Amino acid sequence: MRSRKRINLFYIPVLILFGVFVVYPFIDGIRISFTNWNGFLPTYNYIGLTNYINMVSDQWFHNVFRNTIIYGFGSTIIQQIIGLSMALFLDSKFKARGLVRTISYLPIMIAPLIMGYIIFFIVQFRGGALNDLVGLFGMDRLDWVGVPNRAVTVILLVNSLQYMGVSMVIYLAGLQNIPNMYKEAASVDGIGPWNTFWHITLPLLAPALSASVVINLIGGLKLFDIIRALSPAAPSSGTHSLVTFLTYQYFNIEQAGYSAAIGVVTFAFILIVSIVVIKLLDKMEVVL
Amino acid sequence: MRKKSWWRYLVSLPILFVYLTPFYILLTVALKHPHDASSRWVMPGYLYLGSFETAINSGRIIQGIQDSFIVTMFTVTLIVIIGAMAAYPLARRISSLNKFVRILIMGVMMIPPLSIIVPLYRTMLFFDAMSTYHGVILLQLTYQLPLAIFIFTSFIRSLTPALDEAAAIDGCGLLRTFFSIIFPQLRPVIVTVVILTGVTAWNDYQFSLYFLQSPQISSVTLAVSRFFAQVNSNIGAAAASAVLGVLPLVVLFLFLQKYFIKGMVDSAVK
Repeated sequence: MRSRKRINLFYIPVLILFGVFVVYPFIDGIRISFTNWNGFLPTYNYIGLTNYINMVSDQWFHNVFRNTIIYGFGSTIIQQIIGLSMALFLDSKFKARGLVRTISYLPIMIAPLIMGYIIFFIVQFRGGALNDLVGLFGMDRLDWVGVPNRAVTVILLVNSLQYMGVSMVIYLAGLQNIPNMYKEAASVDGIGPWNTFWHITLPLLAPALSASVVINLIGGLKLFDIIRALSPAAPSSGTHSLVTFLTYQYFNIEQAGYSAAIGVVTFAFILIVSIVVIKLLDKMEVVL
Repeated sequence: MRKKSWWRYLVSLPILFVYLTPFYILLTVALKHPHDASSRWVMPGYLYLGSFETAINSGRIIQGIQDSFIVTMFTVTLIVIIGAMAAYPLARRISSLNKFVRILIMGVMMIPPLSIIVPLYRTMLFFDAMSTYHGVILLQLTYQLPLAIFIFTSFIRSLTPALDEAAAIDGCGLLRTFFSIIFPQLRPVIVTVVILTGVTAWNDYQFSLYFLQSPQISSVTLAVSRFFAQVNSNIGAAAASAVLGVLPLVVLFLFLQKYFIKGMVDSAVK
C-alpha cells in the first residue's frame, strides 16, 4: 500500500515546472496588474484598480477585444464548415483523394509566422500575387493588409485555412467510425442524403465536433504569430488581438502594469469561454 | 460509382489551387532574381540560386535551424519522459488530489503563455535563463506537457493493470515497473506525442522572440523574421530563408504522413 501512494511522486517534476513557470508568475502577474510599473525601473506604485478601469474606457482595447472574438469564433465557425465539408468530400474513395488530403494538411507543418510571411507575398499591395490577378480582371488593386478591417479579415482567413486540416482530420476519423450499416439502412428506408446527413451522420459526429470546436477556439483566441507577420505597417495597427496587444503594451510602450492587467483579463476570458463552450457541447452531445 | 466521380476531380482542383498557391508563390519569389520585376505567378525562365546563397551565407538561417533542432530534441525527449511518468499515477489512481492535478493541467493547457508575459519575463530574469537553451526548453516543456499528459493518461487507462500489479507482487519497485513494463507499451502514443510537440517546438515563435535576445542563440522563426524585417531590400533572400526554414518539417511530413495524421486524431481525445 505504501508503494501505491508513492506513485504520486511521479508527477512531482510537472508540479515543480507548473509552479515555477505558470502558477508563481500568474500570481505575480495579478500583483503587477495593480501597479503602474513600467517594466524596467525597480520602483513603482500600487494604483489599485486603475489599470482595469482604464481598460473599460480604452477604445483601442475595445477594438482589440472585438478582434480577438473575431479571430477566435470566426476561425472556429469557418473551420467547422470547411473542415466538415472537406471530410464529407474525402470520405468516399476516388483516385486524387490521398493527394487532396495531403496537400490540405501540409500547411499545419508550416510555422504560422512563416505562413503569414508567405501570405504577405500574395496580399502585398505592390507586386502582390493577388493584386496581379485583380488587375488581370480589370479591377482596382486593393491594399489587403493596409486597412485594419480588411487586414483582420485576411488574418482570420489565413488562420482558418492553415488549420482547417485539423478539423478535417478529426471529422474524417469520426466519419470512419460510423458503421456503414446505418447509412445503408437509411437508404433502404428511402431517406435522402440530406436527411441522412442531418439525422444520422451529424449526431454521430457530435464528439468529433466538440473536440474540433474546442481545439480551434482556443487556438484562435491565442492567435499571435500570423498577426505579427501580417501587420508589418505599425504596431499601432488595428489588427491586435489580446495577446499581441499586451506584448505591445509591455515591450513597446512600457506599460507593464496595464499589460499585466490585460493578461489577467485575457486568461479569465479564455478560461470562461472555454468552460462555457465545453459545457454547451457536452449538453449538445447528450441531446443529439 | 466510378462514372459518378468526375465531379470530385472538378471540386479537387480549386482546393489544390488554394492550398498550393502559397508554396508556389514562395518558390517563384525565392528563385527569381531580385531585379526581375515580372509577376510572382511567373516562374523565372532561368536558374538563379543567388537568394539561397545569400540566405545561407549570412549564416543566420543555418544557425536558426541548428538551434531549433537542439531545442526541439531536448524538449520532446523531456516531454515524453516527464509526461509519461506524470500520466501513470493519474491513470491508475483516482483520488481527490489527482483530480485537482488534472484540473491544474487543464488550466495550464488553456492559458496562453503570453497572457503572463510580464511576470514570466521577471521569472526568467530571476533565474538568469534569458537567451539560454535551457530557458526556452523549460518554457516549451512546461506549456506543452499538458497535451502530452492527457494523451498518455488516456492510453495508460486502456492498458490492463494486471501486468504492473504482477510486477509489484514480484517485488519490482515503482520506477522499474514503470520503465520496464508501462513505458515500452506506450510506443504508439509516444510517436503521437513526439510529432505533435515536435512540430510546435520547431515552429515556436513567441518564446524565442521574447526569451532569446542575444545573437548567440536563435531559432528558425527568428532567423526568418530577421530576413523579413529587410524584405524590401532583399525579397529573394527572405523567401529563400523561409523555404529553408520550412523544408525539414515538410519533407518529414511527406514521408511520415500516416503518423502525423494519426497523431492529430489522437490529440482530439478529451
